[in-house]
Amino acid sequence: MTTIEIAGIKRRKFKDTMFKYIVYGLTFTCLAVVLIILFYIFQKGIPCLNWSLFSQMPKPVGESGGGVLNAMVGSLMVVSIAALIAIPLGIAVGIFLAEKRGKPAADRVSIAVDVLQGVPSIVVGMVVYVWVVKPLGIFSALSGSIALAIMMLPPVIKNTEETLVLIPNTLKEAALALGASDLKSTMKILLPTGIGGIFSGCMLGIARVAGEVAPLLFTAFGNPYLSFNILKPVNSLPMVIFNYGSSPYEDWHRIAWGGSVILVGFVIILNVIVKFFESRWKVQF
Amino acid sequence: MEGTILRTENLCASFGTNQILKNINIDIPEKKVTAFMGPSGCGKTTFLRCINRMHELNPEATVQGKIRLHYEDVYQMDAMTLRRKVGMVFQRPNPFPTMSIYENVIAGFTLNGLKLKKAEKDAIVEDALRKVALWDEVKDKLNNRATSLSGGQQQRLCLARTVAMKPEVILLDEPTSALDPLSTAKIEDLLYELKGNYTLVIVTHNMQQAARISDMTAFFYLGELLEFDDTKKVFTNPKNEKTQNYITGRFG
Repeated sequence: MTTIEIAGIKRRKFKDTMFKYIVYGLTFTCLAVVLIILFYIFQKGIPCLNWSLFSQMPKPVGESGGGVLNAMVGSLMVVSIAALIAIPLGIAVGIFLAEKRGKPAADRVSIAVDVLQGVPSIVVGMVVYVWVVKPLGIFSALSGSIALAIMMLPPVIKNTEETLVLIPNTLKEAALALGASDLKSTMKILLPTGIGGIFSGCMLGIARVAGEVAPLLFTAFGNPYLSFNILKPVNSLPMVIFNYGSSPYEDWHRIAWGGSVILVGFVIILNVIVKFFESRWKVQF
Repeated sequence: MEGTILRTENLCASFGTNQILKNINIDIPEKKVTAFMGPSGCGKTTFLRCINRMHELNPEATVQGKIRLHYEDVYQMDAMTLRRKVGMVFQRPNPFPTMSIYENVIAGFTLNGLKLKKAEKDAIVEDALRKVALWDEVKDKLNNRATSLSGGQQQRLCLARTVAMKPEVILLDEPTSALDPLSTAKIEDLLYELKGNYTLVIVTHNMQQAARISDMTAFFYLGELLEFDDTKKVFTNPKNEKTQNYITGRFG
């Protein structure tokens, strides 16, 4: 009797250990893939970084040097305007979902947000092309921003909702019991309490769309010159990487690698900022 | 009844099809401590939450009958106005975690959009914190986060936040159930002192607490008000057999 039990325990312990190592192994595999990608990009890209990359415009084929100034300005414009559109809208929808959780209306909106998250970015670009670019008659930074704003909405909405739902209901009740209106208790109590989570949702949304090229093909289109006009086509970093990376010229490849490093660096910095503020703004209940 | 501040007439409350309160008729006296007692699920918290209309925040909740505050039907009043007159302290301390101690005390004013001068605010904060005997403990750290205080201090802060609004009635929903005995004793002392100026209605599981601090005691059982009388009478000579069984510890 005793011997049988001991044998069983050995087997169970063995299985346990195996399971542990499998989980570790798979985790490190994923991590290794990320690290290899980053290493490769930095290895190829960092030698291509120089001041002219940031300060100069692209040069015609055959001339060496040149930079991605117009693409950086374009990307910054398109992504900033997208954020200005998507963040207030997304937070509003997130508040709605958190407040009405469990009601039929909220369920439908929630499914719609999930579907939106799954819509391929190229399709979003197409739709914005038909809705914005065609009526205006011109490719523009604004239409690119609208396409990216649509892409940004789901993460902003979901993060806002999840954050607000986690805030204890007693906090809102405390505000209401003091005679506060729904609006005040949401704006002055719930949103400040959830600011960390909401902020990180917004930043991750920005990080998500910063590297998108598909929705911009039909909308912001690209522009070899520097433009600050939101109603004119602008260039963007992902598009530079796509166009220059697939070109046959060695010089252009260098610019594409440089652009990749800038883009990846931007996303890494965003993530670091998120982690920093998440811990600083963490609220204890 | 003379000196009645709150009166209910055939009050019934439900969540969906589940009736919680059945025909409650009660006259709550002004500037006294009234305790609601009874086993879990008897409806005492629901009753408390009907009084300041927090009950209706649940979408399933319904209410019939009347509650009058000074003869005025609370269901005809604006809920926000009512809640300024009838404050509430909750079971667990729930200070606003993003706000400082100072901001928490003054929160009732800021949340209602009432603009005050700095000096007025300072006076209100000091007065409220003195009333809850917290001033000496926190006067040097008014700008610290409220969540840095201990549980008992937080609960006194929540009481201060309510007192600062100068309500007529303060509802307390088992305010000491999450606190240690020392903090509980402090809160009880406070309630005893506050009753000169405010009408206090307290829900409690703790019979000794009801006996210690209340003037009147109501005994609820399965959604009905079985007994309501002077605390002394309820504890020494209850009319209802169920009340007697409950206070002698035979059930509940």
